[in-house]
Amino acid sequence: MNGISPMRSITVISATFLVAYLLILLPGPEWAAQFRPNWVGLVLIYWCIAAPGRVGIGTGWLVGIILDLLYGSLLGQHALAMVVIAFIAHKLHLQIRMFPGWQQAATVLVLLVINQLLVLWVRGVIGETATVWPYWTSSIVGMVIWPLVFVILRDIRRRGHIQ
Amino acid sequence: MTDLFGRAIRRPSSLTRLVLLVAFSATLMVLDHQGNHLPKIRATLAVLVYPIQFAAALPVRASSWVSELLATEKTLRERNRRLQAERSAHLARLQKLEALEAENARLRDLLGSAERVADRAVVAELVQVSLEPFTRKIVVNKGKRDEVYVGQPVIDAYGIVGQITEVGVLTSKSTLITDPGHAISVVLNRNGLRTVVFGTGAFDRVSVPYLTPSADIQEGDLLVSSGMGGNFPPGYPVAQVTEIIRDANEAFLKISAKPMARLNYGKEVLLIWPGRSGRT
Repeated sequence: MNGISPMRSITVISATFLVAYLLILLPGPEWAAQFRPNWVGLVLIYWCIAAPGRVGIGTGWLVGIILDLLYGSLLGQHALAMVVIAFIAHKLHLQIRMFPGWQQAATVLVLLVINQLLVLWVRGVIGETATVWPYWTSSIVGMVIWPLVFVILRDIRRRGHIQ
Repeated sequence: MTDLFGRAIRRPSSLTRLVLLVAFSATLMVLDHQGNHLPKIRATLAVLVYPIQFAAALPVRASSWVSELLATEKTLRERNRRLQAERSAHLARLQKLEALEAENARLRDLLGSAERVADRAVVAELVQVSLEPFTRKIVVNKGKRDEVYVGQPVIDAYGIVGQITEVGVLTSKSTLITDPGHAISVVLNRNGLRTVVFGTGAFDRVSVPYLTPSADIQEGDLLVSSGMGGNFPPGYPVAQVTEIIRDANEAFLKISAKPMARLNYGKEVLLIWPGRSGRT
């Protein structure tokens, strides 16, 4: 580990997820709810790409189950969606790293849409199907702010020497 | 970046792990949906994430605390006067209500019916966090300690808010009547017509889908809870009809209604125990 304790990496990564949860839960006005990006998904995608040795499918599942507990949604609903995007991001991390900025953002959009689609499917199965077009704006906002998230998390990763 | 390349090959079984975790999630969802296996596990785990909820609610708490601090004496005095006036008006009405309640009980005794009107109520504060967009749920700061139970009606000063769907130790989650997965049995206050009100996912609209064009319903009609189904006590306001679309090609009317409860304003709600009298 080149003298850097794995404990410290885990602490730093957990801290970023904690901030993401806070950003998701912070109360906001009613009209802004649809524009709120999936912060947890974005952070998960970043770490899957940048630190695939530490963050992967297992982390994705854990992160999703915590989201289920916070949301009060069906236990496993977000876990399932997060596992799938963690798997894809983890599998393709070498390619995604090489992508130019816009292509990377497009990949992130696809991942976020897959995440939302899986959540929507589960809701459809249990009969909560009232969904409208604004549902998808969250993913688009996620794509737009991806460069910012990327830069901030890269800075954190470099400072913490996380690999 | 190159130092990361070596690590990537270390996980050959990621597909297996994906399949296992997906299967596990699916099992959890099925168990959770059936509803009788997981509540305890859920309640225990929810305590672990409570600190995150608490932290997320802090800014709003802090800002209301600060505005309380900065409130001038004049506004406080004004508020005090208004509350006093409201209180005496309410007390006057309450006197009449108590007389009516007693009379109602006497009449019911005569009829041989045991229905009780008074309900025990407890004020619960909202934990100010926003939950999943396009679902309608709230978190309240009462839990198992306060004898909250699943299915318990939640109301505010204006009407029915929703029902408790998950009970934790310290907090509970309530599904609002506007949640797309929520339905409540109602009667039309004017003529006793029975129907069902469904949530739509929008915060200010519910729908009344199963009425035929021959039904006697008008804009402005008040829908109150019917008490059928057992969860909700009868007679509480639910929604007011705002729009009726009569389309000759459709078998049913398209009816929108506005929830009576102030679903996105209040900081407090009432949890009620139907049929148990006394106030706390």
